[in-house]
Amino acid sequence: MQIPLRHAAHVRSGDKGNTSNISVIAYSPALYPLIKEQLTAERFRAFYEGTVKGRVERFEVDGLQALNFVAQEALGGGVSRSLCLDNYGKALSAAILGFLLEVPAHLRGELVGLQPPV
Amino acid sequence: MQTLRIGAGAAWWGDRIEPARLNAEAGDLDYLCFETMAEATASAAQVRRRRDPEFAGFDTYLDDRMQAVLPGCLARGTRIVSNQGWINPQGAAERTVYWLRQLGHRGIRVAAVSGSLITDRVLGLADRILENGEPVASLHSQLVSAEAYLGAEPIVEALRAGAQIVMTSRVADPSLFLAPMMFEFGWDPLDHLLLGRGNGIGHLMECGAQVTGGYFADPGFKEVPDPWNLAFPIAEVQSDGSAVITKINGTGGLVDLRTVKEQLLYEVHDPGNYITPDVIVDFLGTQLRQEGPDRVHVSGISGKPRTATLKVSMGCTEGFVGEDMFFYAGPGALRRAQLAREILLQRFRIVGLKAEDLRIDFLGYNAIHGAISPAEPEPYEVAVRVVARTRTREEALKVGREVDAMAVSGVGMTGKRVPHQDRTREVIGIWSTLVPREEVKPIVTYLES
Repeated sequence: MQIPLRHAAHVRSGDKGNTSNISVIAYSPALYPLIKEQLTAERFRAFYEGTVKGRVERFEVDGLQALNFVAQEALGGGVSRSLCLDNYGKALSAAILGFLLEVPAHLRGELVGLQPPV
Repeated sequence: MQTLRIGAGAAWWGDRIEPARLNAEAGDLDYLCFETMAEATASAAQVRRRRDPEFAGFDTYLDDRMQAVLPGCLARGTRIVSNQGWINPQGAAERTVYWLRQLGHRGIRVAAVSGSLITDRVLGLADRILENGEPVASLHSQLVSAEAYLGAEPIVEALRAGAQIVMTSRVADPSLFLAPMMFEFGWDPLDHLLLGRGNGIGHLMECGAQVTGGYFADPGFKEVPDPWNLAFPIAEVQSDGSAVITKINGTGGLVDLRTVKEQLLYEVHDPGNYITPDVIVDFLGTQLRQEGPDRVHVSGISGKPRTATLKVSMGCTEGFVGEDMFFYAGPGALRRAQLAREILLQRFRIVGLKAEDLRIDFLGYNAIHGAISPAEPEPYEVAVRVVARTRTREEALKVGREVDAMAVSGVGMTGKRVPHQDRTREVIGIWSTLVPREEVKPIVTYLES
């Protein structure tokens, strides 16, 4: 089944100049390999197309079941000169929560925030 | 010393003060550390000082913060390390001495750490701007401030000399927390393994409540108990650099594996090479263990030898921003907003607005995430936000003037704010560069209450 990433991972953005880092942290060790396999740097870049204008690099911290995406040219020239209302891109991480993840049925119990099946 | 208890007192200039008071009074702390400087803080202070010679040049909330925490800290013997000195650490130290005397405490040693300001030297010391590869010298006409990020060593020197309170100018955020560990445990400044661990703990602490549930709640997914009553974190550090991140019992918020993981990667690029003035931190081997409610044990962080250079943040005047907004609601709101946008773009042409960058966003629709915002569903309410960056304040003022005109010369059913005066602000752009470490010489001076 396809579910939004929101049910499998939590996220946070940080800023340095014109670069945003967005961490994607699996809710459970069982979900991490799915995210690692499906949410590649290329797919992440495509998801943010037009908003992130530069290169995206992905770092993996397997021990914490976390991916760290570093997106260049993501903050309108940099926090200090950006005309975006959210200069720091603090809310930028939330978008990726809508990325669709293919999750096998047997891992349904690992997901967070799902309504009980009807 | 067996366990060193270090608490956070602020994560930025605008942070809450009550949790700092609580940490001072009930945290049983050996150290309370304050981080109050953002990238542009020093530059903004320089610009303000040019305009207002009365401006003291240190944290504008210093009085509030010191009045809140000094009684608790002095009663317990808690030492304070703080970067509230901004561009005038000596002034911050003097003001702290004033408050100590007001509270009847004599003979308390206060140190000021300066030497990070290298505005007059940076053009000769540095080569290239890190962000764009241009020569640093090209900034000479716009430069208002350049500050090197100092490490923990001058703070350790002050603590060794008996300072109870240390007020610094620009110091790397985690170094404020690392310094007490180096001093109390006698860590060698070149022991990159211990410094890596300690600085990693400092990184978890530097953003205050961001690790205790203050930047975490997402209803239905991540619940935070009593988020109105958040506490600032406390690190219980061992001499081997492992630590427990926790908070005062009975407060709101939470410390768990999720909050610690989010903070661990916050503002980090390569987690194996997090560069600080004291050490390169390697987070890849980090091990986290929930050892009790609101108690996360952190170990396995590592470090690599520090770099030969220090990072310098350079603030430059880059013109002005003019900004205002107006509103639509109800059926057809978005269509009216789009027509308003067309009218404004034409009007800016008519008045010859010279903008270096211009945005007209629909707040509630695409203002935050920009191009990736979905077209559907149509919003019920839209704020039209108009913003331009210009060379001069006169140009920036044109934004507000044209928004005013939309009140009667625009689109039907336009909502507006009461016209307000201050719709422009000065822009201080930040660039970074590197300078040789030995060119930056921290200075520690002492006062006594």
